[in-house]
Amino acid sequence: MDSIFVIEQLLNGLGYGLMLFLLAAGLSLVFGIMDTMNLAHGSLYMAGAYIAARAHEAGAGFATAVLAAVAATVVIAFLLEQAIVRRLYARDHLAQVIATFGVILIADDVVKAIWGPSPVMAAMPAALAGPVQLLPELPYPAYRLLLIGVGLLVALGLYLLVSHTRIGMLVRAGASNRGMAELMGVRVGRVFSFVFVLGAALAALAGALMGPISAVQIGMGEAILIPALVVIVIGGIGSVRGAFVAALLVGMVDTAGRAFLPPALRAVLPPALAAELGAALAGIAMYLLMAAVLILKPAGLFPARG
Amino acid sequence: MTRPGKASSAVPAADLAPLAARVLPWVLLAVLAAFPLLAPVLGLEYWLGFVRRLLIVMIAATSLNFILGYGGMAALGHAGFIGVGAYTVVALVDAGVGSAWLAWGAALAASALAAAAIGALSLRTRGVYFLMITLAFAQMLYYLAVSLSAYGGDDGYGLYTPLALGAGIDTGDEAVFFWVVLAIAALVFALFSRIAASRFGHALMGIRDNETRMSALGYPVFRLKLAAFAGAGALAGLAGALLASHNAFVSPSLMHWTESATLLVMVVLGGLGRRWGAPLGVAVWLVLAEVLKLHTEYWHWPLGLLLITVVFLAPRGLAALFARAGRAA
Repeated sequence: MDSIFVIEQLLNGLGYGLMLFLLAAGLSLVFGIMDTMNLAHGSLYMAGAYIAARAHEAGAGFATAVLAAVAATVVIAFLLEQAIVRRLYARDHLAQVIATFGVILIADDVVKAIWGPSPVMAAMPAALAGPVQLLPELPYPAYRLLLIGVGLLVALGLYLLVSHTRIGMLVRAGASNRGMAELMGVRVGRVFSFVFVLGAALAALAGALMGPISAVQIGMGEAILIPALVVIVIGGIGSVRGAFVAALLVGMVDTAGRAFLPPALRAVLPPALAAELGAALAGIAMYLLMAAVLILKPAGLFPARG
Repeated sequence: MTRPGKASSAVPAADLAPLAARVLPWVLLAVLAAFPLLAPVLGLEYWLGFVRRLLIVMIAATSLNFILGYGGMAALGHAGFIGVGAYTVVALVDAGVGSAWLAWGAALAASALAAAAIGALSLRTRGVYFLMITLAFAQMLYYLAVSLSAYGGDDGYGLYTPLALGAGIDTGDEAVFFWVVLAIAALVFALFSRIAASRFGHALMGIRDNETRMSALGYPVFRLKLAAFAGAGALAGLAGALLASHNAFVSPSLMHWTESATLLVMVVLGGLGRRWGAPLGVAVWLVLAEVLKLHTEYWHWPLGLLLITVVFLAPRGLAALFARAGRAA
């Protein structure tokens, strides 16, 4: 294991973590402000990935395709919020889980009807397909650098929006004490619609960007939903800062687990056992992290309330 | 909170209801017991295996209804215990064990232990955090099963010889295995009904409604919840062991998180905290899915629509609808 390999894996972990953050930020705010568990967030991610891949394939430039995906998903999310999610705010978490699970089932069939059951190959933009020489001996895929760059920019933008603007203040007020914010004249319902649509835009952006380096297929939303939920639970529900720290932690732990655990175990254990144990531990690393955090801090690392 | 028991004793016109409630389960049991004999006559052989699976899933769903509906513990990892039961059977069969008593008994014990350990850690959290931590443990079990290459890893493990129950009972025979499953399911359901109506069941409902008050009254809240959680896990494990024999195959997909979610969905659909909620939810969900699958490849969206409709129009589940209709009549 040389240092080049380690740096490469850390960059991969950073990129994955930032994409998880894009997903988790919206999920966490929706949860924090309106106390609403939205399992269909992963379906919005899937919508973004499919629309971007298809638009790019149809001849649109990559940036245009990504923007189109974000715009289309925002419209879908707005309609979803008006039709279903809005009516779930006052209900308990179980009702929200059941109804949004229903939305997942419908979304998967809609995608199947429009784009067919087989996975879609999402192409990378030609200009970014090659590697960039980061250090004399460290070539790194340009596209993954783009992910890191966009992820950091969005994180910064979200930080400025939430911490330094009037609308951000309303969002934070709603997240820390909804009842009080309502009494002070904040229209929390309208703030929530904004947050829901913003979260959808971020999810679509993550989906569109992840498309070329993962599989664009039905069920991709459910697969990424669980790590995103792990992130918001570790970070503390409702906290954007918590989601950021936790997303990077989970991204690093997951990537490092897959890259470093098997070789490390091979050094001390017989190869067959090391391969098995390494794969198992790599898969469960992020869940171990979450279980450990919850047992020590039952409300996550950065609780938004109280 | 109105419980069905209270309501029926308060309404004098519903004198017939308790009688029907007492007779109906026996009628249902008789019809189910006759099903393997009637199926070939009616040309329903295909559905024999289906009804057997339904009975097995009902065991798991009933155990989830017990902790979720009566105990207020929203667990999203119940499929993990199904997996522990199924893989216990796989491990024993792989080691050369052929006795169903031993294999199923070990599955019960192993999943009870797993549930006790997971419960002891998870029950410190509440609400959504509990939901997520039980999910996390189920995911750990899932990845553990994926990495067990001795038992096929991702590809799963085939169980080719049926387990032996002794006394001339051949579990390899479709109809005989159906009766075995029916007997176990009926026993589990009777046990669940007794426990739900016992002091333990009532204490659990008290904890669900007001934990602070129950602990002020001197009830050992944590221990009661843990006992319920471990018991439910054990029954889910039994369902997993039966499912292993039913499918003659075990793979990690049994433990995928969507399986846990589907179990939760079926219980809520049927009616949380209602005696017949879990069987009703399982029957409606699985029959609908099976029928839709026969007719179209787009069989998910009608189920999704059903869930959204139930959440908005029948928030207390289908069993509550029936109870209301029965009271109004």
